Amino acid sequence: MSEHYANHDPDSGHIEEEHHIVGPVTYAIIFGLLLVGTAITIGASYLEMGPWNPVVAILIAVIKATLVVLFFMHIKYSSKLMKLTVGAGLFTFLILVGMSLADYFTRAWGQW
Amino acid sequence: MSDSQAIAVHDPHAEGHAAHPEYQRHHFVSMEQQNETTSFGMWLFLLTEVMFFGGLFTAYLIYRNWYYPAFVAASHTLNIFEGSLNTLVLITSSFTMAMGVWCAETKRSKGLVLALVATLILGLGFLGIKADEYHEKYVKDHIPGHTFPGHSFSPIGFIHPDAEALKGGEKPLAADMAAKTEVYFSLYFAMTGMHALHMIIGIALLCGMLYKAMRGGYMDGNIAFVENFGLYWHFVDIVWIFLFPLLYLISRHQ
Repeated sequence: MSEHYANHDPDSGHIEEEHHIVGPVTYAIIFGLLLVGTAITIGASYLEMGPWNPVVAILIAVIKATLVVLFFMHIKYSSKLMKLTVGAGLFTFLILVGMSLADYFTRAWGQW
Repeated sequence: MSDSQAIAVHDPHAEGHAAHPEYQRHHFVSMEQQNETTSFGMWLFLLTEVMFFGGLFTAYLIYRNWYYPAFVAASHTLNIFEGSLNTLVLITSSFTMAMGVWCAETKRSKGLVLALVATLILGLGFLGIKADEYHEKYVKDHIPGHTFPGHSFSPIGFIHPDAEALKGGEKPLAADMAAKTEVYFSLYFAMTGMHALHMIIGIALLCGMLYKAMRGGYMDGNIAFVENFGLYWHFVDIVWIFLFPLLYLISRHQ
């Protein structure tokens, strides 16, 4: 630790990964996958799956959003700081939404 | 060159610093650090946006749970073809915007202008289709409240579905439940309206960026604006990726 601080000269060895340029081939593949995901989610909505319809729809949406974040928004190629920022934000988001929904959905638990 | 002269011309980097581009601010050690800081700030902003839309999504899920039959029936009146088409349009615009960022990174001036024009056209196309859907709501008296004379909100179609709807398996709702379809349409307009507002803001920024790109801008490596606008545009795309199944799709079969 101390060694790390002793060497902390802002001009020397600033360790950052070099800016990664995502190319058209990657973008085209992701675009194709997003189109496939859209087709699947529309197709799935016409199937009778009872309570699983919304689960499948949201699952596909999560996969599509993850692809957009990782590749279109370059998070896959970003520094650990950026990955942690996005991860922490989504974690906080899930806590807020999850706890609110858990509250509302269980208020009348067992009373119906 | 003496030290005093160096101070006089305000060049704090004259003493042994590596050369750096003009657009690097003096409080950053390197361009990497500056870029990292900029996109960090952009992501923080986008995360506040996630929380904002998350509140709307949560409200939607809670009310859907409470007034389930009303939400299912109201969802069936949405135009699934136009919704799907809009998904296609928006995903394509995200792709063209990603290509625009690539063109800026690799200094392709023509490609950048082309990508931005394509993104602009697709963005306007999305709003056009959305406007047509809103008009359909107006015609069907599905706009909440009494904003439009003669087209106040009316749940009558949910109490007495027409012959075509009955043939399609639609069940009549009791009057008190049918009244709750107004909650569905309030949330529909709040969510798609806020999304459309983000599109309009994005299109305004896009026009400014296109103006600069057509005059050979962003070819000096200073492309932070293009990259961060790209992040914003993709974020708006992600919001729609969730809006589309939640509003249009998940109630198809109940």
